[in-house]
Amino acid sequence: MGIEMQGYRLDKTMEQHEEAEGWVDEIHGTHPMDDLLRTDRLPHIWCPGCGLGTALTCFLSALRKSKFDLDKVVVVSGIGCTGRVAGYVRLDSFHTTHGRAIPFATGLKLGNPALKVVVFSGDGDLVTIGGNHFIHAARRNMDITVICVNNFNYGMTGGQAGATTPVGGVTSTSPYGNYEYPFNVSALAAASGAVYVARWTVLHARRLERSIHEALLKPGFSLVEIISPCPTGFGRRHKQREGLDTLHYYHEHGVIKHGADPRETDIGLSGALVEGKFVDLDKPTFLEQRSRRLAQALEK
Amino acid sequence: MSDKTHAGVLSGEFFMQGDIACAEGAICAGCRFFGGYPITPATEVAQWMSERLPVVGGMYIQMEDELASMNAVLGASWAGIKAMTATSGPGFSLMMENLGLGIMMETPCVLVNVQRGGPSTGLPTLVGQGDMMQARWGSHGDYAIIALAPSSPQEIFDLTIDAFNLAERYRTPVLVMTDAEVGHMTEKVVIPPPDEIEIVPRRKPTAPPGEYMPYYVAPGEWVAPMAVAGDGYRIHATGLTHNEKGYPATADDSSQWPLIQRLIDKIEKNRDDIIVLEENGLDDAEVAVISYGIAARTAIWPMQMARAEGIRVGLLRLVTVWPFPDAAIYDLAGRVNGIVVPEINMGQIVREVQRAAAGRTQVISVPHPGGGIHDPYKVLDAIRRAAGRKVEV
Ligand SMILES: Cc1ncc(C[n+]2csc(CCOP(=O)(O)OP(=O)(O)O)c2C)c(N)n1
Ligand code: SF4
Ligand SMILES: [Mg+2]
Repeated sequence: MGIEMQGYRLDKTMEQHEEAEGWVDEIHGTHPMDDLLRTDRLPHIWCPGCGLGTALTCFLSALRKSKFDLDKVVVVSGIGCTGRVAGYVRLDSFHTTHGRAIPFATGLKLGNPALKVVVFSGDGDLVTIGGNHFIHAARRNMDITVICVNNFNYGMTGGQAGATTPVGGVTSTSPYGNYEYPFNVSALAAASGAVYVARWTVLHARRLERSIHEALLKPGFSLVEIISPCPTGFGRRHKQREGLDTLHYYHEHGVIKHGADPRETDIGLSGALVEGKFVDLDKPTFLEQRSRRLAQALEK
Repeated sequence: MSDKTHAGVLSGEFFMQGDIACAEGAICAGCRFFGGYPITPATEVAQWMSERLPVVGGMYIQMEDELASMNAVLGASWAGIKAMTATSGPGFSLMMENLGLGIMMETPCVLVNVQRGGPSTGLPTLVGQGDMMQARWGSHGDYAIIALAPSSPQEIFDLTIDAFNLAERYRTPVLVMTDAEVGHMTEKVVIPPPDEIEIVPRRKPTAPPGEYMPYYVAPGEWVAPMAVAGDGYRIHATGLTHNEKGYPATADDSSQWPLIQRLIDKIEKNRDDIIVLEENGLDDAEVAVISYGIAARTAIWPMQMARAEGIRVGLLRLVTVWPFPDAAIYDLAGRVNGIVVPEINMGQIVREVQRAAAGRTQVISVPHPGGGIHDPYKVLDAIRRAAGRKVEV
């Protein structure tokens, strides 16, 4: 028996999906990304219409193009729907605690600077509960790439408000509309010292992929903010019942402005959704700064 | 000692502070990563590491808080580096959730708590032993833990090395539960030559990628060999309940049972290998003092006074506090007329002593809320009472 959830019929519970091993889509066969995915963990737990599949695909294509030795690439996630990414990639990967992916990643990078360390996690995880680590890693210009999927809410726990929820946003914990000022994730990264900052919606998948590619190759702290539909937690409370409705919204409101001042890219419930590459500059990374300083000091 | 050309093991005799002896012990044990956040009375560990690690090829970073410190240590360990952090009460509280992550992912590392008086900000510069139960139960869920309690700078050096070795042997975070007195005390510390220091290396897998399962434990063993990031095994580790592949298995209790049972058993069933106790004068004892850390040391004077009064009193010092030495205490309780437990908290480990003694003898608590060491006469009075002597109130 299937179960009804959000109007979709599921033949298996999420748990049964999780337990399924060696799953092959009977209609489509294998997927071109299969070598980068833990196919024995598919299908994933994400809802129909969720933007996370696109976000992950863009990351994996960018990673492939980057020509990194995949045995030296590590993905670290916190907790949340986005946090499940670490469990699906066929790479060394760590699924840590809520908010703490960045300090875990910092330890990995400093423990073995030859690793390419990528943090892939949600907005709530990275800038709400984990906001302190986010700004400090950017300040240090820590040598990591952070991919933040911003769906303006806590998807995993049932659509609560967080530090990215726009004013007026209706969520399961802001039933009368959110009255707190939100963080602008890209502006926060830029203000804290990130050397690369870009924002794209999942509709702009090619540009998104290109930005992730650039971010991966950029030494220092790079951030790619991905605006992504969460029909289950956020969309359906904002007249976007299906993921596709949200993509239509992105199409109508998305405005590409490369080099825009990040402070002028706030996201509201309506109006322009500014995207593009906002920051791309060169600055010695944490490890470079450290080496220089120690070389000078210890020479004496 | 400030000669920076000395790398690695600084063999020799020193007049050394406890916190610094802790840092030197870590370096001798092969620790090459320290992530921490300053807090009295543990700050000197971080300061010393910030100076020493760069000259021995290690990495020091001051993180933004103790949540970050604990996670950075876990990350470094998963990069293949022996890693440590040091803190005191408030920071210890902040580390609890991610101590649990370390336990769940089976991550070798060392966490030092130089205890001060609590709760809250409490007595920042003064001694306490009030985190002993938090050390055992502070992170949520069921698990077992190893905690060592040094009572001198020499011992903090020795036990920090032991902590790293136990961490590798049992693939788990190990706690060094010292205190402000021992951490800030300066005494003679002997650092042996490198070849006399036993170091347990990390056990790496021999199976090829594809066959290796990060949490498959071979029969007769307690933990799996540990592949780390960059080894080519493409491992996954999670704080979720997981199966032998390391994959989340959260649909029911079928993975929870074997996982949690093993996390507990790997420590509880190896008590004989892990537990270290020090006995002094217990052979003929009618009264036993059971204590640990600085409180065990300050019990010696009142014990000498009691001996002078003709009371045959001996000491059982818990070098290992967790896992708790149930069997030794049960046995001792059958041989003495009373047990006295001085500790610088309002009565934490005494509860365990009572449990282990199982009613075979009276157990007398000598509490102290922190901020100083025991008044020796309070310990003496407790010894007299345990011996059945009249005590003036
Ligand atoms: C310390 C802690 N607090 C709360 C939670 C519950 N929790 C799990 S995921 C989550 C929010 C995730 O939101 P986000 O990072 O935006 O991820 P999304 O699900 O939207 O992708 C929360 C609050 C937790 N796991 N740990
Ligand atoms: S709750 Fe939202 S973010 Fe989570 S899987 Fe469903 S649609 Fe995606
Ligand atoms: Mg979210």
